[in-house]
Amino acid sequence: MRVALFIPCYVDQFYPNVAIATLELLEKHGCEVTYPLKQTCCGQPMANSGYEHEAEGCSQLFAENFAGYDYIVCPSGSCTLHIKHHLHTEKNAPEEAHIRKTVYELCEFMVDVLKVDDIKASFPHKVGMHQSCHGQRGLNLSQMSELNAEPFSKPGSLLAMVKDVELIKLDRIDECCGFGGTFCVAEEAVSAKMGKDRVADHVRHEAEYITGADMSCLMHMEGILKRQNSKTKIIHIAEILNSD
Amino acid sequence: MHSKVTNHADAAIQFNLDEPRVDWHDKTLWFIREKRDLASHAIPEWEQLREYASQIKNNVLSNLSQYLQEFEKNAIANGVIVHWAADAAEHNQIVHEILKKHKVDRMVKSKSMLTEECGLNEHLEHNGIEVIDTDLGERIVQLAKEPPSHIVLPCIHWKKEEIGELFHEHLGTDKGASDPKYLTAAAREHLRETFLTRRVALTGVNFAVAETGEFVVSTNEGNADMGAHLADVHIACMGIEKIIPKQEHLSVFLRLLARSATGQPITTYSSHFKKPQPHQEMHLVLVDNGRSVHLGKDDFRNSLKCIRCAACMNTCPVYRRSGGHSYHNAVAGPIGSILTPNFDMRANKDLPFASTLCGSCSNVCPVKIDIHDQLYKWRQVLMKEGLGPTAKNASMKMMGWVLSKPALYDLSGKAARLVLKYSPFVVSNKMNPWYKQREMPAPPKESFKEWYKKNRSN
Repeated sequence: MRVALFIPCYVDQFYPNVAIATLELLEKHGCEVTYPLKQTCCGQPMANSGYEHEAEGCSQLFAENFAGYDYIVCPSGSCTLHIKHHLHTEKNAPEEAHIRKTVYELCEFMVDVLKVDDIKASFPHKVGMHQSCHGQRGLNLSQMSELNAEPFSKPGSLLAMVKDVELIKLDRIDECCGFGGTFCVAEEAVSAKMGKDRVADHVRHEAEYITGADMSCLMHMEGILKRQNSKTKIIHIAEILNSD
Repeated sequence: MHSKVTNHADAAIQFNLDEPRVDWHDKTLWFIREKRDLASHAIPEWEQLREYASQIKNNVLSNLSQYLQEFEKNAIANGVIVHWAADAAEHNQIVHEILKKHKVDRMVKSKSMLTEECGLNEHLEHNGIEVIDTDLGERIVQLAKEPPSHIVLPCIHWKKEEIGELFHEHLGTDKGASDPKYLTAAAREHLRETFLTRRVALTGVNFAVAETGEFVVSTNEGNADMGAHLADVHIACMGIEKIIPKQEHLSVFLRLLARSATGQPITTYSSHFKKPQPHQEMHLVLVDNGRSVHLGKDDFRNSLKCIRCAACMNTCPVYRRSGGHSYHNAVAGPIGSILTPNFDMRANKDLPFASTLCGSCSNVCPVKIDIHDQLYKWRQVLMKEGLGPTAKNASMKMMGWVLSKPALYDLSGKAARLVLKYSPFVVSNKMNPWYKQREMPAPPKESFKEWYKKNRSN
């Protein structure tokens, strides 16, 4: 199984450990992983700001870099969702449709494609699970609290296989953290307030770590936790699943 | 037209100056979202009901002209006087003419967001006609000379102590009294006298049934009924999208409306108005005001399915932390942000950006409007129209260019990490909105790509 590793630009630059954990995790579970070296960004920052038309270069580059693999896996629900829904270039090459069909967020890939039922990892800590909206409501990684439907959680089912991890309960199980891409600076007041409120829910329930499948939300909450000199830390789910 | 600040982000900064109040506002609305969850999760067929409602409304939008004509024919046969208004000005003029014909300079009005949209109160007051809002929440904001901040709960941004203060000033209640029962009783006494002496009552319309020509008004306070039954003239105003084909469809919509709005199984009063009482006149004003143009936009037409339950406002994490007035329109929140650019793109260009695109709004919507997808689509339309700030246009162009060149991307990534490492003051200052309440990420010594090249080979 030839898997292309799709690493969001800000993870590449600021959180290499998350990318390394993702790579090692996929290798541990038998994937032949390649990181296409000319990848940059999926184009979401422009598109979500209303500038899809300025993301054409990014989209074309993405399509060139990621053509010809069985699967594309990314440790971010948000970037995955963007490619799945919005990767359309002017060339409209046949490989674009293949890319949109075969791009997976890491957790859904492990659950739905690899069908992982055993994880050799241990993480003896109290952990709060942050449901990032694009992964949850966009990719259906977990059931949504608004709907009258059976609960499930793909990241949750993976964490359940990790030894000694203690998942804490939250008052609001899937409220947005307020990152929202350029929203985090364009609407700084609301964004920061949402982040503070989300973090407070985890801290109130004594989380040692806040985890999730999207580093962007975690980066935003990390910024707030650090400003508050909080003891609570953030950790990407790939790092927990890859911990020995 | 309502608020002085016409930019959502700026209004949100003002709103967030008082953090405990933001917390209170957030919790108050979240409580309603929780009530909505309890009520909707208690019905096994909830998601099926949403689907029915969505499909009925899709059918209405695709056959709107036929349903409107069917409705008009039946309403006229029932003895209702039907008027058509192309826009807000014509709507206001029609209502004014009816009042003039009856030589009336005072009127009671139950809640109607359409009349807020049309600015009816201002128009009538300008022409010397006194309008008393009879919905308690609306009366409170009217006394305070403010627009409603929420379409179902107009004064949700007011605390009971503040309402006590307002009533003390206007209705002569005891100073310092804030007991809701006492204040409600005072308002009731004040309104009762008004109800008994007004000859014209205006109501909104929740649903208009094409096959019977009747219309349904849902309230919890019975104020629409009190006004309409006591007055000589009943004027009902509705947007043309309020049509439903059959009476039996009410069994879908009435179950969805109150549960979505407040978590009640049904509103206290669901009043069906079909024909005028003897010696009474009943007028119905059908208002377009941009709706038929809106209907022609493929990407945005289905927001006309909206039944004004406000569930999207209550669930919206941004609305709860910025308040209804920050949307500077009669209809606030996520639904307002996709409806109002249809009226005026330029004046409302900020609103589709007042969202994280979290998608909770679309999930609670009882008629399944793809609200967050439309927010995304509006952003594309607005920026393509050139309505973005010049600096943003330039930076997005630059960003798109750099990110399409791998070598440039590597270089600027490295530069960013170096800046953060050696000159953090460049970004860690008040000019950087991220840094105001958040620390910057700590720069790692190498990027993943650099690590990968050393540790793996393609």
